[in-house]
Amino acid sequence: MPDFPLRLEPRAEPSRLMSYLSPLIAVALTLLVGLLLFSALGKDPIEGFRYFFINPVRTLYGLSELLLKATPLMMCAIGLAIGFRANVWNIGAEGQFVLGAIGASGAALYFSGSDSAMLLPAMVVAGALAGAAWAAIPALLKTQFNANEILVSLMLVYVAQLLVSWLVFGPWRDPYGFGFPQTEMFHDAALLPILLDGTRLSFAFVIALAMLALGYVFMHRSYTGFKMRVAGEAAAAARYAGFSAKRMIWIGLLCGGGAAGIAGMAEVAGPMGQLTDKVSLGYGFAAIIVAFVGRLNPVGILFASLLMALLFLGGEQVQQYMNLPSSISMVFQGMLLFFLLGSDVFINYRLRIGCAASV
Amino acid sequence: MTIPNTDTPPDQAAQRGALLLELQGISKIYPGVVANDGVDLQIRPGEIHAVLGENGAGKSTLMKIIYGVTRQSEGRMLWQGDEIAIDNPAAARSLGIGMVFQHFSLFETLTVVENVALAMPGKPDLAALSQRIEEVSERYGLPVSPRRHVHALSVGERQRVEIIRCLLQEPKLLIMDEPTSVLTPQAVRKLFETLRQLASEGCAILYISHKLDEIRELCHTATVLRGGKVTGHCIPSKETPESMARLMIGKDLPICEHGTVARGGELRLRLAGLSHASPDPFGTDLKDLHLDVHAGEIVGIAGVSGNGQQELLLAISGEEPLAEKYPVQICGTEAGRMSAGQRRRLGMTFVPEDRLGRGAVPSLSLADNAILTAARTRGLVNRGFVNFGLASRFARKCIEQFNVKCNGEGAAAKSLSGGNLQKFIMGREILQNPKLLVCAQPTWGVDVGAAAFIRQSLIDLREKGCAILIISEELDELFEVCDRIAVIAKGRLSPVCPVADTTVERIGVWMSGMWADAEGEAEGTTTQETAHA
Repeated sequence: MPDFPLRLEPRAEPSRLMSYLSPLIAVALTLLVGLLLFSALGKDPIEGFRYFFINPVRTLYGLSELLLKATPLMMCAIGLAIGFRANVWNIGAEGQFVLGAIGASGAALYFSGSDSAMLLPAMVVAGALAGAAWAAIPALLKTQFNANEILVSLMLVYVAQLLVSWLVFGPWRDPYGFGFPQTEMFHDAALLPILLDGTRLSFAFVIALAMLALGYVFMHRSYTGFKMRVAGEAAAAARYAGFSAKRMIWIGLLCGGGAAGIAGMAEVAGPMGQLTDKVSLGYGFAAIIVAFVGRLNPVGILFASLLMALLFLGGEQVQQYMNLPSSISMVFQGMLLFFLLGSDVFINYRLRIGCAASV
Repeated sequence: MTIPNTDTPPDQAAQRGALLLELQGISKIYPGVVANDGVDLQIRPGEIHAVLGENGAGKSTLMKIIYGVTRQSEGRMLWQGDEIAIDNPAAARSLGIGMVFQHFSLFETLTVVENVALAMPGKPDLAALSQRIEEVSERYGLPVSPRRHVHALSVGERQRVEIIRCLLQEPKLLIMDEPTSVLTPQAVRKLFETLRQLASEGCAILYISHKLDEIRELCHTATVLRGGKVTGHCIPSKETPESMARLMIGKDLPICEHGTVARGGELRLRLAGLSHASPDPFGTDLKDLHLDVHAGEIVGIAGVSGNGQQELLLAISGEEPLAEKYPVQICGTEAGRMSAGQRRRLGMTFVPEDRLGRGAVPSLSLADNAILTAARTRGLVNRGFVNFGLASRFARKCIEQFNVKCNGEGAAAKSLSGGNLQKFIMGREILQNPKLLVCAQPTWGVDVGAAAFIRQSLIDLREKGCAILIISEELDELFEVCDRIAVIAKGRLSPVCPVADTTVERIGVWMSGMWADAEGEAEGTTTQETAHA
């Protein structure tokens, strides 16, 4: 082996410090490379930094928008984290999000005359059930035929997007909507109450926080959460203990799907106020990054979702004020995950300088 | 503190020549633990030198230092008279130090020659390498075919691959870590021949073991470690197992107290014609197994590894449920289709042979690992929520009653030595007061002190009226603790006979698949045929 002055040496034990430090390093590297990217595009990097990270949160409205964007990310990520901890790889939260939006919209349209206080809870339930049902497809195929849940859940995202298009172009199109692919606007009883006057921040944020708390209790206190942790850490030990692997797959996917469905509900009953073919905004995919940056931990997910929301908002800002393409925020998301996975290597390895053999 | 080597001149074979390797005052300090404390060791070319000690005595750490896996905190290492620093295993290999680990590091999906090539520097020519493997395997009596895939090899054959891999580097010093723990008595004989031949050619061998009779037979000299310190040097052939055990554990070896066999206990486990095709294409199919285990008795199943033990254990534990209900009956319930969890609820507990990754989750604490199987029996779960306080208390009880050396119940399972983790798992399964305990390889790789303790715990549990089934590859152990014994060979089970009525030799013959019943059947058919004729 040629001697290279840098080498990776396995650590005796995974570093706890590194597992917390790694997301911070990833953020720092993303910022650094982001600044270089701005320079390479011929923009002033300091200005870019200001538009991207400072401007969005300078005002109360800006902060409320940040929380608004973070809400669906939190919801999707906490559901995904439950599955990821048990090595159940649900990549299709985006599709489950869309199905949640469809389910909630269906309830809102069906009871369109009603002003019952039960309508919103019914929409939450409908959204959760629709999302979970969409996630049940990969669960069923995985448990019955050992079909790879990564592929199945991912492919169902595109099916979901086509499904919502068909609905808003076809049966659910608002007859008074000038032919736009959208449903009628929901009436007040089907809209989530606003938390802060003058902002768009809705009650969904409170639901998201509650879901994080619930996720924490489930993961760290419940027996089922314990079983899922065992299944994720050592499959043979889970089998030895008699924990059903199929049940873990079902729970992992249904939690992820249900949570994404609620996020979809919160989107149509919140900032959108109707179902359109643009409901799929990428929250479900971004939530995968959020879950990992947040170390599959509810508290981590809280902070990671705020960071990711900032990338969304910052992307819009630089688009508006610096004439950069909208894909810039995707680039930042990608860099964040890339650097996170890179820094995660140092949880189990340390970098050594010097040649391997001294003799 | 240490006895100078000149007082106890080693065997003539080892006395020739200068020292090959000398350790002077080697210490290794881990945070909170002194693993080695001023260890001196000398080995000459052609010497087979035993390093003897209990789990946690510091044997493995010392070997890791020599093999360059870790660095000493203090002390000097001299190789052929020159002080050296070995930074990593590659450096050790280039000096001429080879090591065969207790746990093999082979890729199952690759062939023997590919595995060997991976350990070589550069890109060796596979055809030429195959030929060298064949030469070495012939020369040292280590038959193995270079082109076979590793997954199709038995444990003994895999060990041969590891040894050949070392021998191809023409080592001056070969370190062997508990090499016989996976071998049959016959395979041990062959291994010893190989090692003696190597030694006669001038290769020095460091032989780590806790099997005192083997050390007496094989080794020229021995260094005994206890608590990281050298407690003595000896010439094994001039010692008795008892005297060496005393050096090793600092007191007399505990002897298992065996009570009388209680007859006519309730039936707790019945295998009623258990047949099962292994889902693993390289596994062994089980063919029509019959066995009864009663309350208050220990039944042992002997056999060479790979003869259906794995499959039998999976079928009994429920990790591999069957298509039919009746073949496995636990405490009167036909349990063939039940899962492992359901069978546990019938009063069975189970100790698997793999401790890390199956019997315990490596990254979880001992308290969390206590929940793994004791959640229901010990009431650690209430309305779907884990009572972590109770789990910690139960883990502490296992640690205290089974003398588990660890950093408290919060320690991760993987931080424990193999023997200590085994004691913990044993404690966890026994303290659930099972009606039936199924136990695989109870003392595999465990030192004598801990092994005696585990065997005694099994016997004590039997006295309390538990039915116990032990599947082990160590015949001595089965003869020590069991009331009745059977043999599994090629997926078939021999008749069960009382241990008092049989001998190690007879069971050894049965292990090759030839037992009276099979002969009897064969005779029966021939007599019938003659009658017809």
